[in-house]
Amino acid sequence: MNGEPRPRLRNRWVLLLLLLPLVAVLVPEFYNFSSPSIGGMPFFYWWQLLWIAGVAVCVAIVYLATRRAR
Amino acid sequence: MIPAFNGLEFGIVIAMFAVVAVLGFVATRWRRQTSLSSVEEWGLGGRRFGTAVSWFLIGGDLYTAYTFVAVPALLFGTGAAGFFAVPYTIAVFPLVMFVAARMWSVCHEHGYATAADFVRGRHGSAILALLVAITGIVATMPYIALQLTGIRAVIETVGIGGDWPLWVAFVVLAAYTFTSGLRAPALVAFVKDILIYVMVLVAVIYIPYKLGGYDVIFRGAQSALAKKGYGTLLTGSQYLGYTTLALGSALALFLYPHAVTGVLAANSRKVVKKNMSLLPAYSLMLGFIALLGYMALAAHVKPVGGTAAAPDTTTIVPVLFNNEFPHWFAGIAFGAIVIGALVPAAIMAIAAANTFARDIYRPYIRRHASPREEALVSQIVSIVLKLGAVGVIVGLKLTFALEFQLIGGVIVIQILPSVVLGLYTRWFHRWALAIGWVVGMGLSVYMLYVTKSTTAAHFGSASFALSTWGLHTKVTIWTGIVGVVANLVVASVLTPLLARLPRGTDETSPADYFEAEAPPIPAGSAPAA
Repeated sequence: MNGEPRPRLRNRWVLLLLLLPLVAVLVPEFYNFSSPSIGGMPFFYWWQLLWIAGVAVCVAIVYLATRRAR
Repeated sequence: MIPAFNGLEFGIVIAMFAVVAVLGFVATRWRRQTSLSSVEEWGLGGRRFGTAVSWFLIGGDLYTAYTFVAVPALLFGTGAAGFFAVPYTIAVFPLVMFVAARMWSVCHEHGYATAADFVRGRHGSAILALLVAITGIVATMPYIALQLTGIRAVIETVGIGGDWPLWVAFVVLAAYTFTSGLRAPALVAFVKDILIYVMVLVAVIYIPYKLGGYDVIFRGAQSALAKKGYGTLLTGSQYLGYTTLALGSALALFLYPHAVTGVLAANSRKVVKKNMSLLPAYSLMLGFIALLGYMALAAHVKPVGGTAAAPDTTTIVPVLFNNEFPHWFAGIAFGAIVIGALVPAAIMAIAAANTFARDIYRPYIRRHASPREEALVSQIVSIVLKLGAVGVIVGLKLTFALEFQLIGGVIVIQILPSVVLGLYTRWFHRWALAIGWVVGMGLSVYMLYVTKSTTAAHFGSASFALSTWGLHTKVTIWTGIVGVVANLVVASVLTPLLARLPRGTDETSPADYFEAEAPPIPAGSAPAA
C-alpha cells in the first residue's frame, strides 16, 4: 500500500473480545464438571462446543469493527 | 483381523474416488488466465480465491482425515483428554486473525509464496530462511503420511487387507496434482466438505437415536473408560497438559506450510480476516466427530486391523458406521473419509514442494532458475513427497504414525519467533533467532526422544511427563511449549549481546503489512529475491 494513510482504530477495547474465548476454553478449572448437563451431555462438553459459536461471534464482531482500519 | 469383504461399500468408495479424480484433472482449466508454469499459478492458484473458495480450501486443509479418524480414536482410547481438539480449534482463530492478515498483506506485496520467503526478505538472512524451510518440510512430511491412516482405516473396514489401494489412491492423486496444482484440491474440497457435513449431521442424530440418547452414550463411555483408568472428565493432573496441548497446537497450526499456502491463495486481506470467523463452523463438525469416539464405546465397537496388543483404534469410526448404518450410507461415509484424506494430502504436498523449490532449490541449487523451472521442480517434488508418504506408512507401525502429528506441531512451532514475531517487530537479531531455533529444536527433540509410550521406547508422545525431570507429579506438558519458550528466551538474551554483528536488510516497509488488495502480481514474474 503506497498512498492514503490507514484510518486509526477508534475502539481498541473491541480487541479484548479476542481474549474472551481463549480464557473460556483454555482454563479447564472453569468447566471440568459433569453438571449441569444438557440432554445427557456433561457441562465439560457442551460448554466447549458452545464456545465454538462464541468464538465465531467474537471474531466476527472484531472483523466488522476493524474492517476499515488495520 | 480384517472383516469380510463388502462389495457394495467398496463399489461406492471406488465410484466416488473416480468422480473426484476426474474433478481433479478438470480443475486445471478452472479460473485460469495463463499457463500454470509458475509457483504463483500452480502452487497458489494465482492468488485468486474469494471468501467461499478460501473457506473450503483452508477448512479442507486444516480439518484433515486425521480429524475424522484420530480424534474420535483418541476419545475412544483416553477419554476427556482427547477433546483438546475442540479448545485447540477455538483458540486458533482469535490468535491468528491479525497474524494471518499481516502475513497475507506482506506476502502479496512482495510476491512471497512461503513463510521462508518472508523470513528471508524480513530478516535478510538466508540461513534463517533455510531453517524455516527445512522445519516446514520436515513437519509436513509425516502429516501427509498421516492422511493415509484415514484411507487405510476405511480399506480395512471394507475388508481389504493389502496396501495396494493406498498406492493406487496416491498415484492418481499425484497425477492430478501434478497437472492442476492447488486448483485441484480447492475444487475437490467442495465435494469433500458437503459430503462430510451430511455424514456428520446424520451420524450425530441417528446414532444417539439408535443407542438411546446422549445420556446413555456418556454413561456407556464413562464405564468403558473407567476400566482403563480414564474418564469423561479430566483429572487435576491433566489440566496443564490439556491447556498447553490446545494452546500450542493452535499457535503451531498456521505455521505449517499448507496453512500458509491456504491463506496466501486468498485474493484479499479481507477474505483472510472474514474467514477467521467463518472457519469455526468446521470446529463444530470436529466436536461432533470427536463424540463419535464415545458412541463407539457405548456401542461396544471392536477395532479391526492392527495387532491384538495394539489394535488399530483409527478404525473405530468406520466400524461404528458399518455396524449402525445400512451399507449404502456407510459406503458414502467411507468415500467421504477417503476424499477427506486426499484434499489435505494434496495441499500439504504442494506447500512443502513450493517451499523446496522457492527456498532450497532456487537459493542453493540453481540460483537463476526460471519461474517455469521453479514450478517444474515444485511439481516433481510434490510427487516424491506423496510417494514417500505411502512408503513411510506402509513401512512403519500405524500406532507410531498417530503421534507423528503431535511431533510435527512440536517441530513447526520453533519457527514462531522468526515468522510471527517477525511480522510485528524487527527487534530480534537474525543470529539470535537462528541460535534460538537451534536451542529450542534441540531441547524439543531431546524431550521427545526420552518420552516412552506403551509401544515405543522413544518419541512415544508429545506430552512430556514432568516426572522425567525428577518432579514428584503426574503432570504432563506439551513439549512444544517448553521448546518455544527456551527458543524465545535465548533469542531475547542474545539479541542485545549480538548487537555488534551486522543486521540483515529488511526489504519490507511498515505499510506493506496493511496492504488490502494490490493489483495482482503478473503471472510468471520473478519473486523478490
